[in-house]
Amino acid sequence: MPVSSVFDQLESLLPHVQKPVQYVGGELNSVVKDWDSVSAHWVLMYPDAYEVGLPNQGVAILYEVLNEREDTLCERTYSVWTDLEKLMRRDGVPQFTVDAHRPVGAFDVFGLSFATELGYTNMLTAIDLAGIPLHAADRTLDHPFIVAGGHAAFNPEPIADFIDIAILGDGEEAVIALTEILVQWKSEGRPGGRDEFLIRLARTGGFYIPRFYEVEYLEDGRIRRVTPSHPEAPWRVSKHTVMDLDNWPYPKAPLVPMAETVHERASVEIFRGCTRGCRFCQAGMITRPVRERSIETVGKMVQNAVEVTGFEEVGLLSLSSADHSEIQGIAKDLADIYEGTHTSLSLPSTRVDAFNIDLANELTRNGRRSGLTFAPEGGSERIRAVINKMVTEEDLIRTVTAAYSAGWRQVKLYFMCGLPTETDEDVLQIAKLAKEVIRAGREVTGSRDIRCTVSIGGFVPKPHTPFQWAAQLDHETTDHRLHLLRDEIRQDRNYGKAIGYRYHDGKPGIVEGLLSRGDRRVGKVIETVWRNGARFDGWQEHFSFTNWMEAADAALADTAVDVAWFTTRERQHDEVLPWDHLDSGLDKEWLWEDWQDSLNEESVEDCRWTPCFDCGVCDQMSTSIQIGPTQGTVLPMPVLKKSLSVTHGS
Amino acid sequence: MARKAPDREIIPVVQRVRLQYAKRGPLKFSSHRDFQRAFERAVRRIGVPMAYSAGFNPHPKISYANAAPTGTASEAEYVEIGLASPVDPAKLLAALQQSMPRGLDMVDAVVARTPDFVERLEASIWEIALPGANADEVEQGVSLFLAADDIQVSRMTKNGLRTFDTRGAVLHLSVEGTQTTESGLVCVILRVVVRHLTPAVRPDDVLSGLSHVADLVFEVAPRITRIAQGPLAESGNAVSDPLGPDRHTVDHE
Repeated sequence: MPVSSVFDQLESLLPHVQKPVQYVGGELNSVVKDWDSVSAHWVLMYPDAYEVGLPNQGVAILYEVLNEREDTLCERTYSVWTDLEKLMRRDGVPQFTVDAHRPVGAFDVFGLSFATELGYTNMLTAIDLAGIPLHAADRTLDHPFIVAGGHAAFNPEPIADFIDIAILGDGEEAVIALTEILVQWKSEGRPGGRDEFLIRLARTGGFYIPRFYEVEYLEDGRIRRVTPSHPEAPWRVSKHTVMDLDNWPYPKAPLVPMAETVHERASVEIFRGCTRGCRFCQAGMITRPVRERSIETVGKMVQNAVEVTGFEEVGLLSLSSADHSEIQGIAKDLADIYEGTHTSLSLPSTRVDAFNIDLANELTRNGRRSGLTFAPEGGSERIRAVINKMVTEEDLIRTVTAAYSAGWRQVKLYFMCGLPTETDEDVLQIAKLAKEVIRAGREVTGSRDIRCTVSIGGFVPKPHTPFQWAAQLDHETTDHRLHLLRDEIRQDRNYGKAIGYRYHDGKPGIVEGLLSRGDRRVGKVIETVWRNGARFDGWQEHFSFTNWMEAADAALADTAVDVAWFTTRERQHDEVLPWDHLDSGLDKEWLWEDWQDSLNEESVEDCRWTPCFDCGVCDQMSTSIQIGPTQGTVLPMPVLKKSLSVTHGS
Repeated sequence: MARKAPDREIIPVVQRVRLQYAKRGPLKFSSHRDFQRAFERAVRRIGVPMAYSAGFNPHPKISYANAAPTGTASEAEYVEIGLASPVDPAKLLAALQQSMPRGLDMVDAVVARTPDFVERLEASIWEIALPGANADEVEQGVSLFLAADDIQVSRMTKNGLRTFDTRGAVLHLSVEGTQTTESGLVCVILRVVVRHLTPAVRPDDVLSGLSHVADLVFEVAPRITRIAQGPLAESGNAVSDPLGPDRHTVDHE
């Protein structure tokens, strides 16, 4: 039966809301298929506003991978702002897709990508607006299967009640595997109800079905054990790793929105994974090993993106873009191709060294050198040893002076507050560093017209990292240190005015900490706070700390645990962590040793250039590092000369 | 050490092309800035030889005229582009029709041969569909509206709440019958001719005026379409094609 559009109902509401264009779809390269022409219907969501969700690469890639299949259609939905939510509830308009404005509740699979845990309340809004029961246990064959992916899915326990399935790791092959199992099960007439489909997924070892696991607790509140409650559910569920990114050159036809979004550019991922070993960095731990895209494929993808989107900027994405083994060739060749055009290139994630400045200079041949960003993360040499961010003060000063001499006027420095073992003094060192940056910058440029911005936020310990056992710093102390630093910078007569200071207060970090390292008991907190009105928790103007703390008090009242237990408590070696049955490939003993090394201020090298130090990933997942150099080049694509121009005066 | 803007060859504008486009279906909810983004990207995709402004952030030479408000459909929007080398307007039109998102539909393209295009846009014809309204009540309201000399309405603008007359700009207002939407909503159809004045009187201001004089409440949001804009015909209730003068002027070779 065809599923019809709800646009006609929606149309009457849109004149009354902010930025209605975000709800109408019609983006270039979007796809609408006939409902009855396919057997699998997917809807993907990035659970935030359209302007944030549309540029998300994960959703964009899977949208294309799924729509390339003849037997599948895939549409997208985003969080509706509270003004539209109110009107939709009033008029009974369901959560809809932007592609064909079909009701989300009609799809077979509803996949959500969580880059951050602060999207959990938005997920509940969408499920509820779609008319789907909030709890997986209450769903029937009439409802979609809800799948969580993205980095937060490496500990989906806090949302275990609300999702049917979690997928860890790269989604490309996993969504295909899921679709094939779905199509088969549907073609058999959906035998055995929802459970049968979920069992078929669980059997593969690559899909986590929370309801097939039972969690038991000790009297003191810690987890006693997590065991499969279904005979066919595996003891541990593995992450997915796509090998050979050259075979997966997505997105091939990036979506081009009409509405303004947070990233107005096309993105090309140049490699996946990172083995720098920064101990705070969940992304670097859970995406191992490093897999590079070859220089040829990167070149083709960039040129294709420019041709099919018309964006003026292409970002070369990865966790540390200057680390690509052939980045120099990529930067030079692309800069040659686009010199004198109106296309610019950017490297959003870069490291602190002079090589970077050469790259940045190369990529900005075309345009303005406004600002460069570096992330020393910690203010003192000591704390940088703790977090394994091996940057010396000399490195930093050499790098920024190279930047200022090359004409860059503004340098932005990222830091974290609340790192393990940190003292007030470690944080105050940031002020010293920033002043030294300005002093050295003035010296090399002979100009006072240079600036440096210090940007700092609270550190949140994450699962599957060496800091998964660490105590998070309480928000009072975080705020105290941030204020000390602010005063230290502002009071300086010589340099204070040249240093900008941006900080995020510690409270949202506590909620993020609760959701990151929480277990199934936290689900009730999320539901309670959502029922009390929590929406868009990643947005300062919507986030309410009080609302969260009151909900936590109420929801955890009959347990032995509270918010502090989940956040500011240090865990011991023998504690069962809520995500221990979810396999990122990292060996728990290796993580523990790295945690101990961290406390001893000992650093670890990068395994791309030194022998393997047995983090466990490659062995456990049967994967290996894939890096160049391939000795290739970026080949300019033959440009089809457009026949628009006419010869005049003939 | 201040850097200079990169040396790009500054190519003068050798040709201007005026384009008419429509804003249809769901994309009526795109704003003027949304169209701008979509248009600039389309022009880049198909390789139109645009002339650019100079400086650090060169912009393609594109001028927009009198865009319809967000949420309003239109059959008659206009944009003018400056080109660094001449193009065949028919080929340009075909390429843009291919490249623009569906719903932002290019309708016509002519080489600019006359000055003062914007001044030619003297008035607009709007069609307003009022879902669920009562035709007789609206008809009475129209009579009251036309009988009044001055109808003050207020609208929130970027500069705060403004109060202005909405009657003076209205040259024609009539009920044209009823229509039924896809989902079965019956709409009363109004035709309005509004002169472009400062401050601009928009079709929703006319509706505010109508609600005000006739005590009418439009519960479901009206659906508004600009049918045409251009030089006022002598009758005062029609406009002519603003691209006409460019079409009919012959180049002096």
